[in-house]
Amino acid sequence: MELLNVQHLRTHFRSAEGAVRAVEDVSFRLETGKTLAIVGESGSGKSVTSLSIMGLLDKKTARNSGSITFGGRNLLTLSEREMRKIRGNEIGMVFQEPMTSLNPVLSVGRQIGETLRLHQGLSRQAARTRAIDLLRLVDIPAPERRIDEYPHQLSGGMRQRVMIAIALACEPKLLIADEPTTALDVTVQAQVLDLMRDLQKRTGTAIILITHDLGVVADIADRVIVMYAGRTVEEAATADLYARPMHPYTKGLLATIPRLGSSLLPGEPARLEEIPGQVPSLRKPIHGCAFAGRCKFSVDLCRSKAPVLERKSEGHSVACHLADNGVSA
Amino acid sequence: MTTCAPLLELRNLQKHYFLRPNLLGKPTATVHALDDVNLTLSAGETLSIVGESGCGKSTLGKTVVRLHQPTDGQILLDGRRVDQIGGAELKAFRARVQVVFQDPYSSLNPRIRVRDTLSEPLHNFGLAKDAAAVTQRVEELLDMVGLPRDAAGRYPHEFSGGQRQRIAIARALSPRPDLIVCDEAVSALDVSVKAQIVNLLGDIQKKTGLAMLFISHDLAIVEHLTHRVAVMYLGRVVEVGNRREIFGNALHPYTRALISAVPQPDPMNKTRRKLLTGDVPSPIAPPPGCRFNTRCPFATDLCRAEVPVLRAVGGTHQIACHYDNLVEAAA
Ligand SMILES: Nc1ncnc2c1ncn2[C@@H]1O[C@H](COP(=O)(O)OP(=O)(O)OP(=O)(O)O)[C@@H](O)[C@H]1O
Ligand SMILES: Nc1ncnc2c1ncn2[C@@H]1O[C@H](COP(=O)(O)OP(=O)(O)OP(=O)(O)O)[C@@H](O)[C@H]1O
Ligand SMILES: [Mg+2]
Ligand SMILES: [Mg+2]
Repeated sequence: MELLNVQHLRTHFRSAEGAVRAVEDVSFRLETGKTLAIVGESGSGKSVTSLSIMGLLDKKTARNSGSITFGGRNLLTLSEREMRKIRGNEIGMVFQEPMTSLNPVLSVGRQIGETLRLHQGLSRQAARTRAIDLLRLVDIPAPERRIDEYPHQLSGGMRQRVMIAIALACEPKLLIADEPTTALDVTVQAQVLDLMRDLQKRTGTAIILITHDLGVVADIADRVIVMYAGRTVEEAATADLYARPMHPYTKGLLATIPRLGSSLLPGEPARLEEIPGQVPSLRKPIHGCAFAGRCKFSVDLCRSKAPVLERKSEGHSVACHLADNGVSA
Repeated sequence: MTTCAPLLELRNLQKHYFLRPNLLGKPTATVHALDDVNLTLSAGETLSIVGESGCGKSTLGKTVVRLHQPTDGQILLDGRRVDQIGGAELKAFRARVQVVFQDPYSSLNPRIRVRDTLSEPLHNFGLAKDAAAVTQRVEELLDMVGLPRDAAGRYPHEFSGGQRQRIAIARALSPRPDLIVCDEAVSALDVSVKAQIVNLLGDIQKKTGLAMLFISHDLAIVEHLTHRVAVMYLGRVVEVGNRREIFGNALHPYTRALISAVPQPDPMNKTRRKLLTGDVPSPIAPPPGCRFNTRCPFATDLCRAEVPVLRAVGGTHQIACHYDNLVEAAA
């Protein structure tokens, strides 16, 4: 069953020096019980896309267009009051920077407890017991003691797990997790992923996972969209994307993943593989393909005409003029 | 590697946090975040700190840069003690020792434009000749970390997570420090930008002899960029060595477990990784003996009774384990 359908989402920010075209054209669908990963260059609009879904962008500076259909309603047309009912209840979110989204003057227990009381109507005592359970679930040692501590007293990874506990607390229909495992060690990371999988199996939660960790994507995602400069440039089933990437940016991304084993090579630490060049400025409209300036295959057409996302094989779409004639060369 | 005195030396460093004092002003619990840490770092060298969440890595970083006062032990920079200095001495120290935090947004002032964030250290430490020199340095720094020059006039909230992280890195590089502590500094970046920043730091290191204390969970990156590695478990260093000694020939059972748990970026190969089982003990009541004994599959009575000290096992390799190669010995 389709739960979420984002079509031609666009988000521009107003600023003193003109518009910032943070998200230009993003489309994807997500079904109940499935996991979609969003990967892409830093600054490509992943967080802005998720904040748009949550209705959390400042309406004074951010302009949205396109549509975000969730459970049959276009979220972009809902009032703040209606959105507040959906947030935290039907859509849960783990934010990218835990320290800024946790309240520094409230103890961890109060923060989890308040969410539970607000959305599930638990009593103070019941909320506290449940909060301790949740902390235990995300593997915080000595949760009975930790629950009365403040965010700054926890390590980075613990704060992140508290955020995850809060998001899981209400068993949302859709969980958006923005870099949920960045500051976690691999063991805890695997546990958090298992936790998300469990929740998904139990309640059919759909998950949007934003991450730079392509190992995590390989582990948990059903489908992946790749973003570049505010656009979806490729979309495919996970295994298909890793085996047959079509967009030159995706290829570059997969080729630059550092892997274990480099110390076996002779010599001093080597340079890491990079994709040369920078992303284009989002302050000026981009004519043609946003990646053209860094693409070693680009031809004149790429600089004059923007490629659209096109289906190339079953469930695999790409926005590249050259995708048909083997850029893989 | 150099043979002269190390740039940084930690001697028996200890940091305990005391929680919630009771009515008599006595703490009700003590977090043993760092215990008996001995490490050295030379100019031009990168030492990485790895280990599970909560094992004390950020505490180590914050203590080294003098944001936290050590509970006990010594910190030496160029052979001189810096754990007690204050005033002008501390200011001079701060110009030489910079830090990039795990969570960049909370460390960037939301009301201050990027230009001022980057030039503040220059003014602060008297490194600014004139306005033109400052502008030039700011642009140079933005170029270095791959941000457009028009970023200078903007505020932190106008940037993505990864872009803010780069601003924090640029600020740390601004006063041309001798030592930089990077706490998960590149974790929030995509692989390509991560590679650019890591390569940049490497280039600066080769040119200027910058020393780096690199804290990270990303072992593949660590293996790529580091000279040496210190593995921590629950506030203690359990193994130290150069990158080949650690990644090619780890001897401590914990290090072995840590490395074997790294996920592979390959959806066809979802083989179950070997993950550590058992609860992570609380640093409030660390287990007696070797702190890893509650989760170590090979632990003996000796391990449960006596704290193993860090000892040399050949080359630059040191382990804190009662046995020489417990994993292999048990196999
Ligand atoms: N409030 C804002 N005002 C102006 N520009 C903004 C604002 N928020 C984000 N941007 C810009 O929009 C673009 C997309 O930002 P976003 O946070 O979505 O990136 P991201 O893909 O999540 O990157 P990262 O991987 O670094 O977190 C960036 O270039 C950023 O500078
Ligand atoms: N200000 C503080 N007050 C009390 N306890 C603290 C404080 N700062 C850290 N701790 C505790 O000290 C221990 C070590 O924390 P630290 O932040 O150094 O861990 P870390 O290794 O950096 O973990 P992570 O990988 O999750 O960032 C943790 O148990 C943490 O809760
Ligand atoms: Mg983001
Ligand atoms: Mg930390």
